[in-house]
Order: sequence, then structure tokens, then C-alpha cells
Amino acid sequence: MHEVSIMESAVSMAVETARKSGSDRVLAVRLRVGVLSGVVPEALRFAFDVVCQGTPAEGSALEMELVPAGGWCPVCQADFEYAEFPGECPRCHEPNGELRRGRELEITSVEIS
Amino acid sequence: MCKECGCGLGGDVRIGGEAHAHEHVYGHGHGHDHPHESHSGHGGQTVTLQRSLLEKNDRLAEQNRGFFRAKKLLVLNVVSSPGSGKTTFIRETAAQLTGRLRVGVIVGDLATDNDAARLRAAGIPVVQITTGTVCHLDAEMVARAAAQIDLDHLDVLVIENVGNLVCPADYDLGEDLRVVLLSVTEGEDKPLKYPPLFHSANVAVVTKSDMAAAAGFDRSLALFNLQRASHHARIFELSAKTGDGMKAWLDYLVERQAAGRGK
Repeated sequence: MHEVSIMESAVSMAVETARKSGSDRVLAVRLRVGVLSGVVPEALRFAFDVVCQGTPAEGSALEMELVPAGGWCPVCQADFEYAEFPGECPRCHEPNGELRRGRELEITSVEIS
Repeated sequence: MCKECGCGLGGDVRIGGEAHAHEHVYGHGHGHDHPHESHSGHGGQTVTLQRSLLEKNDRLAEQNRGFFRAKKLLVLNVVSSPGSGKTTFIRETAAQLTGRLRVGVIVGDLATDNDAARLRAAGIPVVQITTGTVCHLDAEMVARAAAQIDLDHLDVLVIENVGNLVCPADYDLGEDLRVVLLSVTEGEDKPLKYPPLFHSANVAVVTKSDMAAAAGFDRSLALFNLQRASHHARIFELSAKTGDGMKAWLDYLVERQAAGRGK
């Protein structure tokens, strides 16, 4: 529901990165988006096109890497991937794993001309 | 543009009745990115960033946290669906702590100051944030609202978030405890439908327990689901209306506030 403000933040960081590197054009913006981050990738994509208009990022590509929900099992003392969240460790069925991945909302890189 | 998900574009946030244009275009990184350049993808140069898109809010939230701790305040961020009983719960919490702890409230709503008026009528110091189209409170709004309350004469600051179980999950406000409410009139599976927020909660409170029988509330299923989604959370069951179950919650706050004073 807050994809526009999230994307404004991403585009602002991308444009600022281009400027600092002496470039006037952003070619691509790469994000990592966790499946439990609370944002909808389609809505992010829509917001991206809108927010980029009139900026040095207009016409750039948006590449999103979706991060699945992953946890730490206190019994196995190891990482695991959730089949669904909330859910149990697939090895020992411990239900009280700690969520470690899947909440990401990060800009990982920017491609500039 | 984008009125239904809005979140800032064109929306004005009002705090304590004063309008402030809501700043959503985050400028000025502070030089903590570590560029590594290479050639790839679209024929240009790739600059690696690794920055959170929520970093501005996270930074402001840490500032709030430090400020509140220096004031020895216990700060609660109360989140739930619309209509889960946040305002009544907060009003009764504040009223029944009279003589033990002094409570002030920051209330967030999309529109109207009805909730703030209800709290103010009960004699509780309150500042209203009217977010317009913004679906959650953020750390900056809370900092501005907190400046309008006399924090030196409070022990507990309760922040009543906008009724929403999605967006508030992403926004740290600088609270000590995130408190999520689940009323007995909602589905028992809400914790499974909105797992990020329930998982992030320190405390989960089942509210309106006086209506459980009428609502056909399956208590054991709701508690099971809460424990699955919020297994770190302390769980309370109460009715703010009848007072049933309030004592355990109030004692918990007194204990947490005292522990915080030792920080």
C-alpha cells in the first residue's frame, strides 16, 4: 500500500548515485524485495514508471530479485526456507523458527551511463 | 495520482491541527554507500549500493528511540485492523494506570480527530496526526508529534497507529514495544493472513473478550494461530469495556516501565 513512497526513495537514491558518479542517466535500478516485505511487486513496478517520469531515471529498467522467507531453526541450529510463513522447520518440524530473510526492501545496485 | 494507495503523493499530514507537507522524496545519502563499479547488463556502469529503502525512517526511528530512552519513557506502538478497539483499549489503559504511571498518547488516523477527542475527553494528554492518504505512521511524524507533548511529565507514551495490518509493519517508530491487537470479532486466522506484522509484535492482545461467546470466537484456535505467527510475543486476553483481564496487562506495563528506568 505504500509502494509509491518506497519507490520514490529508490529512484532518489539511484539518481543521486548517478549524479555523484558524474552521470546524467540511470539505465537500470536493481532491488531486493522480500516476499514478506509488505509491498506488492506489481505495484512497485507501476510506481517505478510513474516516479521515474521527468527524472534522469526515466526509461530505465527495474530489476527485482524476490527473496523467499527464510528462518533459523533453534533446534537444528541451521537455516531453512519456509514452505509457507508462519510455518515449521522442514527438517525437525520445530514451529518456533526465527524469521531471518524475506523482509528485505533494498536497492542493491544502479546501472548508469 | 494514485489516490487509492497514495502514500504521500499530494497528501498533507496534519499534526495537532497544523498542516505539514509530507516529505517523501528522500534526498541526500550520507555517504555510507560503498560504490563498486563494473560493466554489465544495459551497457553502462554498475554501481553497487546495498542500502535499505527504509533507511531514512530507520535512522529517524533510532533517533526517536534514543530521545525517548533519555526521557525514561516506555513507548508503545499499538497496531491493529480498523475497529479492533485500539482507542478504548488505550483510554482504559491510561485511566486505570492513574496514580501508578502517567500516560500520553499520539493518535494516527487517515481523517477526523474523533479518536483524539475521545481520549482528550478522558483527560489524557493527546496529539493527533491526521495522515490524509498515508496508510501508516512514520518516525518523522512521531518526532514532530512528540514535540507537542510535555514528555517530561509522562512515564508512558502510547502511539496509536493507523488501523492497518500491512504497512505499519515496515515502519519502526522508535518504540520499545510493538503491541498488536486482535479482537474476538475478527477472524481467528488474522495472524496467519498478516504474518509480518504479527511476527514483529512484542505483545499480542486479544481484545473485546466480553463478546467472545456472541461472536462465536474459537479461543483455542486464535491462540494457536497467534502463537504460530507471534511466537516471541507476550499474549494477553482482556476486555477494556468490562475490565476483565486488564490487571495482568497493567502490571506488565508497570514492570516494563520500571525496568526501562534502569537503562
